[in-house]
Amino acid sequence: MRLTTPAEAMARALSRFTGMGRRYGVEWWILLAGALIVLVILAMAVFSGAIAPFNPHNQDAGPQLAPPGGKHLMGTDNLQRDVWSRIVHGSQTILRVAVLAAIISSLLGIILGLISGFSGGIFDRVLSLIMDSVYSFPGLILAIAFAAMLGPGVINITLAVAVIYIPTYFRLVRSQTLSIKEELYVEAARAIGASGPTILWQYIFPNVIATTVVVYTLNVADAIMIEAALTYLGLGLPPDIVDWGMDLAMGKKFLPSGHWWLITFPGAMISILALGFTMLGEGLAEILNPRLLER
Amino acid sequence: MGNLARYIITRVLLTIPMVFILLSTVFVVLRIMPGDPVGTMLGGHAPESVIEKKKEELGLNRPIPIQYLDYLWQVCRLDLGNSMVFKQRVTKAIAEKLPATIELTTFAMIITILFGVFMGAYAADKRRSLQDNIIRLYGIVIFCIPVYWLGLMFQLIFGIWLDILPIAGRTGPRVFASTFEKTGFYVLDTILIGDFSALRDVLIHLILPSFTLGMVLSGIFVRLTRANMLDVLKADYILAAEARGLEHRKIVYKHALKNAFIPVLTMFGLQFALLMAGAVLTESTFSWPGMGRLLLERIYLRDYPTIQGVIIMFALIVAMVSLIVDIIYAVVDPRIRY
Repeated sequence: MRLTTPAEAMARALSRFTGMGRRYGVEWWILLAGALIVLVILAMAVFSGAIAPFNPHNQDAGPQLAPPGGKHLMGTDNLQRDVWSRIVHGSQTILRVAVLAAIISSLLGIILGLISGFSGGIFDRVLSLIMDSVYSFPGLILAIAFAAMLGPGVINITLAVAVIYIPTYFRLVRSQTLSIKEELYVEAARAIGASGPTILWQYIFPNVIATTVVVYTLNVADAIMIEAALTYLGLGLPPDIVDWGMDLAMGKKFLPSGHWWLITFPGAMISILALGFTMLGEGLAEILNPRLLER
Repeated sequence: MGNLARYIITRVLLTIPMVFILLSTVFVVLRIMPGDPVGTMLGGHAPESVIEKKKEELGLNRPIPIQYLDYLWQVCRLDLGNSMVFKQRVTKAIAEKLPATIELTTFAMIITILFGVFMGAYAADKRRSLQDNIIRLYGIVIFCIPVYWLGLMFQLIFGIWLDILPIAGRTGPRVFASTFEKTGFYVLDTILIGDFSALRDVLIHLILPSFTLGMVLSGIFVRLTRANMLDVLKADYILAAEARGLEHRKIVYKHALKNAFIPVLTMFGLQFALLMAGAVLTESTFSWPGMGRLLLERIYLRDYPTIQGVIIMFALIVAMVSLIVDIIYAVVDPRIRY
């Protein structure tokens, strides 16, 4: 392979991007925009120490309740902390909780869904009924109950958020397992004497996992809003952690006096981050499996 | 009709295990999960003997299976116990707050349907146009805006900057509480006694909370209606209507929308859970004295019987609504097979 100059490589990458755009239409650009948003905020979380001009806990960063401008891009809060620095550091908390919660619920949901769909029988029926009931219940209210019982803490809030998405994965994986296990190649595997676990792991699982990628991405978007909702309500996290939802709740107290920057920025960040993951998920869904999100 | 009756009976019977499972989930979350409600309620430094006594009083020191049966029996008798903090029955506390939540969610639902269904139908009619793309973008973006933040921004814009709408509560200070003794539904109460200045005050207080909640949910309805309308608009009878020379607007908003609306209605059952969750957040933002605020207030006070009661109430409401929606669906659409 001959060496390419950076310019050539870039031109090739660009033409590939636009080529994909021609092939998939708007969905490709939605996917890219979503990925860009997620990457920027991810970078913010990873390099927050370098990006933030002040320590987020520094109660002497500037004057009290200064409006955006000058040394403080997004103003300061009532405790003289820099809002922009808190936004930068707060991205860590919300990303960690949402991504981890979605990992936990996807693992549990996928495993239970696979086993339930594959084994069938009374176990499957009872588990499905339980999952359907929990699925129909308002997730946030369940998470509120969990968070209230577990008390504040990063791990606790992650668990409270994780628990409400298990049925989502369970239902998806179970229904897919039910149809895949009737496929001819599964029949063939059984005929040559493959054991139950082997069929489940090597024949069914790889075919199920692809669809869960899209659901995972959309799930993170939702988990972001639930995490912020819990902390906005004052549940879930101890006060010394920097978090967008908690900053929003604090800013709410200064809304009647017109200090708009305390609520505008944290809330906008929650929306943008959720939008990023949603766009990523929608774009992926459209490209990987155009029929998945159509009902 | 025999089929329909059988369907309805089966559906009612299926609700029983669902309610049972929801009640069991609530029990597991609130009683078996780690955490010591009584200890936290009495403060970290309460002596062991005091905690034990309180536990005995509340029946929390008995074996878990006994507690569980007792709990189920309690719910069956519609008795949710007494508040741990106030001298008040939990059912009474809920009865006081429920109308506020129903009023808020009803108005929010009206706004969701007005916004969502008509925008969705309009987008489908004008598909692939600029308007269609704008509405589709609205559908995605609005869904990612947390309902509590939208509420705060509305408060800031309409309540503080423009100063034209109230930002908290169900009424202004000049309306007497005695106005609302009949039903607890303020809109209904003011109409019943014919106090129209109070009605105006109540409606003005409803605008921001119901728009907040209604708009956030409208995104899903935009997408659902648009997708259904696209299918319906391809149907033969639409072509036939066009051929007969019916007015285009009438075809889209009368004939097609009616048929596209039925699947949207079924989705309402699932969206109802989102509506309830959204109501909790909206109530918190707008100091709206409903079930959500009750739940949060009692969580801060660690009043466990009330927390449990409110969550059970939410579970019952969700089960009832999904039952009713399914039955309506079966009755409305004769094409459905059971």
